Amino acid sequence: MSGEMMVKEHPLDGLLRADRLPHIWCPGCGLGSIMSCMANAIADSGVPLQKHVIVSGIGCTGRVAGYMKLDSFHTTHGRAIPFAIGLKLSNPELSVTVISGDGDLFSIGGNHFLHAARRNVDINVVCVNNFNYGMTGGQFGPTTPTGARTTTTPSGNTEPALNLPYLAASLGAVYVARWTPLHVRQLHRSMLAALRKPGFRFIEVISPCPVGFGKSNEIGEGLDEMRMYRSNCIVDPDADLREAGIDMKRDSPIVLGNFMDIERPVFRSGGAEGA
Amino acid sequence: MVTAVAEPRVLTGQHFLNGDLACAEGALAAGCSLFAGYPITPSTEIAERLSHRLPELGCVYVQMEDELASMAAILGASWGGAKAMTATSGPGFTLMMENFGLGVMTETPCVIVDVQRAGPSTGLPTLVSQADVMQAKWGSHGDFEPIAFAPSSPQEMFDLTIAAFNASERLRMPVFVMADEIVGHMTERVIIPAPEDITVVERKRTPVGGDGRLHYEPDEDLVPPMPIAGEGHNVHVTGLTHDERGYPAGDATVHDRLVRRLSHKVQLHADELDLTEEIMTEDADVIVVAYGAMARSASCAVALARERGIRAGLFRPLTLWPFPYGRLRERVNRASRFVVAEMNLGQMAREVERHLRRPATWVTHAGGRMIPPEEVLQAVQEAVR
Repeated sequence: MSGEMMVKEHPLDGLLRADRLPHIWCPGCGLGSIMSCMANAIADSGVPLQKHVIVSGIGCTGRVAGYMKLDSFHTTHGRAIPFAIGLKLSNPELSVTVISGDGDLFSIGGNHFLHAARRNVDINVVCVNNFNYGMTGGQFGPTTPTGARTTTTPSGNTEPALNLPYLAASLGAVYVARWTPLHVRQLHRSMLAALRKPGFRFIEVISPCPVGFGKSNEIGEGLDEMRMYRSNCIVDPDADLREAGIDMKRDSPIVLGNFMDIERPVFRSGGAEGA
Repeated sequence: MVTAVAEPRVLTGQHFLNGDLACAEGALAAGCSLFAGYPITPSTEIAERLSHRLPELGCVYVQMEDELASMAAILGASWGGAKAMTATSGPGFTLMMENFGLGVMTETPCVIVDVQRAGPSTGLPTLVSQADVMQAKWGSHGDFEPIAFAPSSPQEMFDLTIAAFNASERLRMPVFVMADEIVGHMTERVIIPAPEDITVVERKRTPVGGDGRLHYEPDEDLVPPMPIAGEGHNVHVTGLTHDERGYPAGDATVHDRLVRRLSHKVQLHADELDLTEEIMTEDADVIVVAYGAMARSASCAVALARERGIRAGLFRPLTLWPFPYGRLRERVNRASRFVVAEMNLGQMAREVERHLRRPATWVTHAGGRMIPPEEVLQAVQEAVR
């Protein structure tokens, strides 16, 4: 019996630009699974596919837009959110999802995140957090844990890291969650819930980056990091988000969950805010 | 009960408006449906006007957190099908250079108004200059051929804002209106024509259902039709070098083909973009080149020179980019002297000299005040001495 299994099509062929595959991501990277969750959530959202748009910034996660067979926008570094706001305001029928990395959304793009969340603009933001700048070869960024080694913190990072769910919640995001690509069912359900909710929604997805982060921080390969998620993750939707920072140490917990699901007036253009 | 009736989109009639307000009305007459901006002197009146005019018309005014976001937002809006605009001044213009480049690379129509004040840096926030004209030409990294108009009056703030929207829609790219503080803040009569007498250009759009072509496959005019988001085109739009499918291509041949086409599409249409006013240049021995508010003073200087028996003329490009060098060169046969007057330290003067292949007299000031006609006249007199 041959071990080969031949299939003519992939269940997500309708949502992926198969002519662009294989993708550029490294072995062990979490982005493939995360994109798959996203594609499934979009397919299940009930919104016609042609009304979904994907906007990304620059970096490894920024490349997601280019692999999804939707209207997709690969913009400038840090500016995915304001670009997405322009799209949404010009055509309110669109379901606009931003997917980008931690450096893109929270370093160079941090100010845009802050104001989009404050205004409760009707966009969905997914941040894939791999704790470093992967595309440029593993430098430290605003989510790099204190002490972590990167190519620009050879003696260990001396800066404190952002705690993204706490930040998003403090700014008034109406939906806030954190998952990993190990938790594909939870992530899919969370993405689906976010897609179906109006207002500024935020999901952080922790992702292995063995090349840029894992190997230099005693985590190892992608699979080792997935094992670490299995042993260290604690699902606690009621967690005190002030305590939900991540230090990626061998025995430190990673708090996951759908933390926030609230109602707040959604941004309307013209300065007025109302339902 | 009194019900407020919204004013119509086109305020046909005679008005007494400052240039910034005329610019806002020009944008509306051209079909602008979304403004994203950040307040900055001396452009703020444009945003203020549109913050009530656009919502009254069921359109969008959004004040962003900075000029980086403003520029990104109008690009996104344009892909959503809007005619989108922003307005700013030097410090904001600098920030907009980032996403102006994305607009060029992704062929995104929109309009950027720069009401110039004196720089570098914060400079003189409330006072005039024309020192951003070369930033419009070269301000973003990489090769590109920009389009920029320079109004000399509130009426031209109205007219050239429409021209900028039309050029942006026609050639699918961001277009600049390089105004200045004097023109923005001076108040004059502005005549707004009836809507049917205003030429409004709409972008070529990919038909719903597609046309069987690749998204970035240009027509003979080098402009590809634009697939609007939400219509099922599955378009990919990237600031990376991309092939005709819109897909990233790390390839020198593809890059050269793309970047050349983006420049060629402007060069190919330079004649239809060319707006130039010439006053008494036919028999002129000396020609003054000036644009924007400075052309008003230069025009006065030319009249004073004529009173003194000097055959002087004014060459006023309303289109700064692409620079109308062909038209200027036609004047070289007779005019032997050229004077360039501008409120910067000689930005267009170099461009004039480059195209004429001869030195010109520079009348310059770094900004903060209009160069008075007497100083231009003196340069004219010395040029023919």
